[in-house]
Amino acid sequence: MDDPLVIAGREYSSRLIMGTGGAGNLSVLERALVAAGTELTTVSIRRVDTAGGSGVLDLLRRLGIDALPNTAGCRTAAEAVLTARLAREALGTGWVKLEVIADDRTLLPDPVELLDAAGTLVADGFTVLAYTNDDPVLALRLEEAGCAAVMPLGSPIGTGLGIRNPHNIELIVARAGVPVVLDAGIGTASDATLAMELGCAAVLLATAVTRATDPERMAAAMRHAVQAGRLARGAGRIPQRFWAQATSPPLRT
Amino acid sequence: MIEARVNGVDRELAEGSTVATLLGELGVPAAGVAVALDGVVVPRAAHVHTTVPDGAVVEVLTAVQGG
Repeated sequence: MDDPLVIAGREYSSRLIMGTGGAGNLSVLERALVAAGTELTTVSIRRVDTAGGSGVLDLLRRLGIDALPNTAGCRTAAEAVLTARLAREALGTGWVKLEVIADDRTLLPDPVELLDAAGTLVADGFTVLAYTNDDPVLALRLEEAGCAAVMPLGSPIGTGLGIRNPHNIELIVARAGVPVVLDAGIGTASDATLAMELGCAAVLLATAVTRATDPERMAAAMRHAVQAGRLARGAGRIPQRFWAQATSPPLRT
Repeated sequence: MIEARVNGVDRELAEGSTVATLLGELGVPAAGVAVALDGVVVPRAAHVHTTVPDGAVVEVLTAVQGG
């Protein structure tokens, strides 16, 4: 595999991790997932609907995409730990996207509860991918707690505001020993490219695709955007200059 | 009969009902779901011999679209 994304020893050829939330129906979701080329996709854990399951797990299995359960909606470390344990039981995976939010208006991570939950889950044998603030100090603390990846937000979930503090993302990348995944806030393809140009190992997004007017087309755009950003990062961009620099030889007069 | 709160709804169960019996009554397959009994996960292998006590709070969960 050429230039794989490696998280906790597992290799993925795609650096685009998708969420399944917000899609109008499963057939729209399926077309978007295929167009995105994703190999790892989040699901949430909720009460069963006795009228019939949502079918999202069957869809992921059929497409050969790994399911990454999240702890969305949890407000405390205790809630998140229980949800992760239930997810492990229901899905048979020890991987979890750890999400502990502070309030409904911002959906920002609660750093205290997040770090607490991360420590508990790592000790319990989980592979923890932590959704976090764009805080370089917290990102390091999560890595020290044993998280397999840190996933800073670009901006709050569902806002599409892009990456509000690119320098913080670069600071996180510069010191991280685990993959950094830009998670949340992506609005359009250029945001995903910027994340990769800043050195992120992958991008996780949902709303930008599932609530786009044409989810399938936006998913394809995101796939190319992530690849473009990765290539550009590796290619080594030119330094930014204040004054122009001619690209044609001077005229001989 | 005993009473348990299952996914937020009060439900009457025969005395001695197990987690497996309850899933059967709900029409939920054991695969792909997880059960918490009073806030503690019940492993699938333990469903058949874990009885639901009177007044228990049971949550039956599965994966849905999200994130």
